[in-house]
Amino acid sequence: ARSNTAMGHVLLALLSREGLSESDWEDVEDTLLASDLGVEATTELVNALRTQVKIEGTTDPEVVRSWLRTDLLRLVDPTMDRRIAASRTENHPAVILVVGVNGTGKTTSVGKLGRVLVAEDKDILFGAADTFRAAAADQLSTWGERVGVPTVRSQLEGADPASVAYEAVKAGIDLESDVVIIDTAGRLHTKRGLMDELGKIKRVVEKLAPVGEVLLVLDATTGQNGMRQAEEFAKEVAITGIVLTKLDGTAKGGIVVNVQRKLGVPVKLIGLGEGPDDLAPFDPEAFVDAIVGRAS
Amino acid sequence: MFNSLSDRLALTFKNLKRKGTVTESDLNATIRDIRMALLDADVALPVVKEFTGAVRERGLGAEVHQALNPAQQIVKIVNEELVSILGGQTRRITLAKTPPTVIMLAGLQGSGKTTFAGKLGRWLADQGHTPLLVAADLQRPNAVTQLEVVGQRAGVAVFAPERGNVFGHDAALESGEGTRSFGDPVDVAVDGVEDARRKGHDVVIIDTAGRLAVDVNLMRQAHDIRLETNAHEVLFVIDAMIGQAAVETAKAFADGVGITGSVLTKLDGDARGGAALSVATVTGQPIMFASTGEGVKDIELFHPDRMASRILDMGDVLTLIEQA
Ligand SMILES: Nc1nc2c(ncn2[C@@H]2O[C@H](COP(=O)(O)OP(=O)(O)OP(=O)(O)O)[C@@H](O)[C@H]2O)c(=O)[nH]1
Ligand SMILES: Nc1nc2c(ncn2[C@@H]2O[C@H](COP(=O)(O)OP(=O)(O)OP(=O)(O)O)[C@@H](O)[C@H]2O)c(=O)[nH]1
Ligand SMILES: [Mg+2]
Ligand SMILES: [Mg+2]
Repeated sequence: ARSNTAMGHVLLALLSREGLSESDWEDVEDTLLASDLGVEATTELVNALRTQVKIEGTTDPEVVRSWLRTDLLRLVDPTMDRRIAASRTENHPAVILVVGVNGTGKTTSVGKLGRVLVAEDKDILFGAADTFRAAAADQLSTWGERVGVPTVRSQLEGADPASVAYEAVKAGIDLESDVVIIDTAGRLHTKRGLMDELGKIKRVVEKLAPVGEVLLVLDATTGQNGMRQAEEFAKEVAITGIVLTKLDGTAKGGIVVNVQRKLGVPVKLIGLGEGPDDLAPFDPEAFVDAIVGRAS
Repeated sequence: MFNSLSDRLALTFKNLKRKGTVTESDLNATIRDIRMALLDADVALPVVKEFTGAVRERGLGAEVHQALNPAQQIVKIVNEELVSILGGQTRRITLAKTPPTVIMLAGLQGSGKTTFAGKLGRWLADQGHTPLLVAADLQRPNAVTQLEVVGQRAGVAVFAPERGNVFGHDAALESGEGTRSFGDPVDVAVDGVEDARRKGHDVVIIDTAGRLAVDVNLMRQAHDIRLETNAHEVLFVIDAMIGQAAVETAKAFADGVGITGSVLTKLDGDARGGAALSVATVTGQPIMFASTGEGVKDIELFHPDRMASRILDMGDVLTLIEQA
């Protein structure tokens, strides 16, 4: 809402003048930077807008806003396929692997996604492949109890995460589940050993069933480091979608614009809180409106 | 993507001649480079502006040191300013005259509070203290169990009278409420301090639930915990990977709860950690600890000079200056 007013302010100022002053342009730039879009994407967008304003010679704030909105929306690309692969194929359940750095909201997102799929009358299993973080499996089981999904876990602390994931998918096959969602431990993308471990989890599971969906959970408050995270996880496990969490706060999550355009991986879901129902499909228009303000 | 600041500055340096004083155009070119680098490092925009403003003021017309050219002179000023903001008031935990010393941890969801509670407990225990961890997060699923395990790994006692959010307590809720406590976190915190007093623990570390800057109710709850326990230290725990949200978040916690210092977590990654500058500027309180891993021993005192060179690649830049 803040950028909304800031932007409205800037663009209204346009009316009273011949053109945009340098400080007006700086305000436009600030609006984008403040959303964590980064210097590169911001500079590109603002330069394109400046050129367009010059060529068309407009001073109508609504027109300028709509151009910026269009440009940004093009970057976010509403045509991308954002569906979640969650249907049984042949003889195995759909397998969804959930990955990301520490504390972004993986376990919570697994819980919420379970809730969504249960509501679609699907049979779901959770796999607690975070055997490292204190009480991680308990946290996931609690989520399972919250949303009515059984959790496959190891009784052993520090068990091999790949074998827990394997057991979960095996159980999913035996029980003829529709979907198995595997929660993994948070790991920084810079830690070679932990990234290797993640690769192994995926390979071991794929002995039983293809992993149709690898969701990278990104925290909307994350700044430019989010790009590095996405690059490394994409390299290791070929991510197929992004879950952008904690959008209920003030952060806009602008870094995903770069992730989408550089890696071609779409944002599929957004997290809007800590409750079971706080997960929604990603809506490109709403995302862009939150950054540049809604047309009045 | 972008060249590092060192590369950019090296170019700027080349184009500048040796002069007696720093001119406005020298300043503008260098400040543009620095502004970009600060933004790439996730320093929040208002802080970038304040910072480059201060550098401009100090830099304009400054006498150029014999061995330096104007751009280098500006970099030197930048580095000094960075270190002075980051390390302006470095200090240790203040221990209460009459124990127990009460330390409360607060911050956004997932920033690393619970993990840090264990580390700080262990760190204090290693110095001969007898800390008690208090489980006052009753809303995140199994937060209490998590703190118990963390305490066990750290070899530190845990006070946990409530189980919090377990067994899908709220499964039946159609509304799917999220931020709801099962038990009263304020009571648990107060009882924890009383328990420490009774059992002779000299430090109490209160783990609280993660909360958003915009969540008025939860901010008030954190404020109440602080007041009711007479907390001596309120440490704001913040993830080094955070971007532009750092300023608003730090402000909300400083104003809403009142903080006495900060902890920067996940510094073992490759985030540049510009948030350090944002938080130090906005709160005016020192950053006291760096959290550098998931283990109980991954805790360090915060080093302003290291952080300054991390944010701006200053190590390289300063070497450049020395080579001049
Ligand atoms: N406000 C808000 N909080 C969230 C959201 N998603 C997760 N959280 C909270 O963020 C914190 C971390 O969430 P987890 O699901 O434990 O994160 P994780 O990625 O599994 O963490 P690790 O397994 O430790 O790496 C918890 O307090 C969650 O309740 C969201 O969309 N909005
Ligand atoms: N790599 C790394 N991971 C960390 C660090 N500190 C915490 N973590 C991890 O970050 C995740 C979240 O940590 P928690 O301690 O649960 O965070 P929290 O602030 O208590 O989270 P909530 O209670 O849900 O708000 C866990 O996976 C921790 O292991 C750190 O310094 N480095
Ligand atoms: Mg987790
Ligand atoms: Mg916690």
